[in-house]
Amino acid sequence: MELWYALISLLPFTWAQADGLLFMKNAFLAILVITPLFGLLSTMVVTNRMSFFSDALGHSAFTGMAIGTLAGALAPTPCAVVFAVIFALLFTLVQRKAHMSSDTVIGVFSSTAVALGIFIATLGGQSFTKFNALLVGDVLSVAPAEIGLLAVILLGVVLFWLVSLNRLLLTGVHPALADSRGIRVWIYEALFSVAIALVVTLSMSWVGLMVINSMLVLPGAAARNMAKNMMQYHLISVLGALAAGIAGIITSFEIGASAGATITLYLALFFALSFCFRKK
Amino acid sequence: MHNETIYKKMRIDKHPGLHDIGCHGACCLRATDLGLQMGDDTVFEHVDLHIHCGEIVALIGPNGAGKSSLLKAILGQYPYTGKLEFFLATGDKAQPTFGYVPQNPAFDRNDPISVQDLFVSCISRWPVFLPAPKKLREQVKACLARVHAEKLIDRRLGALSGGELQRVLLALALEPVPHILILDEPMSGVDIDGMKLLLDMLDEIRRSYDLSILMSTHDFTMLDPYVDKVVLLNDTIQAAGTPREVLNSDAFREAFHLGQEWRVS
Repeated sequence: MELWYALISLLPFTWAQADGLLFMKNAFLAILVITPLFGLLSTMVVTNRMSFFSDALGHSAFTGMAIGTLAGALAPTPCAVVFAVIFALLFTLVQRKAHMSSDTVIGVFSSTAVALGIFIATLGGQSFTKFNALLVGDVLSVAPAEIGLLAVILLGVVLFWLVSLNRLLLTGVHPALADSRGIRVWIYEALFSVAIALVVTLSMSWVGLMVINSMLVLPGAAARNMAKNMMQYHLISVLGALAAGIAGIITSFEIGASAGATITLYLALFFALSFCFRKK
Repeated sequence: MHNETIYKKMRIDKHPGLHDIGCHGACCLRATDLGLQMGDDTVFEHVDLHIHCGEIVALIGPNGAGKSSLLKAILGQYPYTGKLEFFLATGDKAQPTFGYVPQNPAFDRNDPISVQDLFVSCISRWPVFLPAPKKLREQVKACLARVHAEKLIDRRLGALSGGELQRVLLALALEPVPHILILDEPMSGVDIDGMKLLLDMLDEIRRSYDLSILMSTHDFTMLDPYVDKVVLLNDTIQAAGTPREVLNSDAFREAFHLGQEWRVS
């Protein structure tokens, strides 16, 4: 962290100087880790048409947090991770077994998860307000150890990408073709769902549940407007997410607004621009 | 069935060369009493098929006759009853490898996936989002050259015409060269010139690689000069033989509700 504090003091902001605001320096680093992570996942969320699914996963992560808080002795985050992973696997299974359109299956799961979450959170006349922090998110509260955890996840996702992106892509664009080439389609669907579940749950308290899905959809959607091949697609998505993240955190600090929401607005602007300059 | 391991095996065996022994019609795929049950429905039953290498066989039949399902059963994607065996030219039983060109392969018009991306993701473990090494790009080009489509390498899948996309998928199905090439409705959505081009290409492929080609089709106009054998499927095999024999059979007229006077010359 010392190295990072030395590096960031080179930036021309008062909070970034040696005697500046520590929480802001931490938040800035967290954004540098989170946004490429979302930019990367976003490419396959969009290509494999999982925008709605990732939204539902966010809801299930909230339910996990509520269960974790109820359990008391357990820390809410590991509990939320376990719940979200189970939800993701269960969902993949139900979608394979039931011949229902996937938006119906997601709708069923998503609303059940939210209802269960609110039910548990308000059980015995408790106030819901303590969960408000999760809905909006606060990146300024991130601690160095948590940034370390995010970095480990980023590394994990990059490794997963290096090993399985090829199969994941084929599974998404043409399941029958993937099947005929011996790819066990459901394994890659399940692994990707679990990856999204992990990332959403672990970054929820900093990004905010209500905007987290935008981070999973917008970078990929914008990049898709412009990219002609997979390399460009990943490059534009990751760099776009990173740029929006940096611009968002600085702007939110200067004018005093939620960082998650500001980043999302920058991403929306990025999408609008990409739409205007889309490939023909 | 996990074809992946078979593909791997195929690559290892390439040097003794399954095709170098030159089976010239001696190796074959034989289906005996094949049946497929889906829930309470019988999709097809009592299907006997015998396909030699170097042969082009067309599977015809009305809608819902079970053509696609039969192809998928042969590919091992549906659990079938009955026996499916493959024999090498030496007479030894072997696990056949398949190349598959799916029906109406619709890719989204906007997907940022180039032809090269599709090949790299199918034929190698090189992560498709990194720039491909020169050797891999050359390999993709060589695959595309089999269907005279090298110049399509950097095009997006969504920007290809129906015929171009079909050639690309055909090239993909030929890497690695399979024992049996299966095409599901390759003629749909392709115009007369495109069909002729495709059939010429299939003819060239079976000669160069000595493999069997099995395709389902709705279109009977082009079968005669190209196809060795036509199989009429309607729940079970109703007729099989040369195109002329099958197209002039009573079973054919009945399956397609054609009058008694209907004849193909």
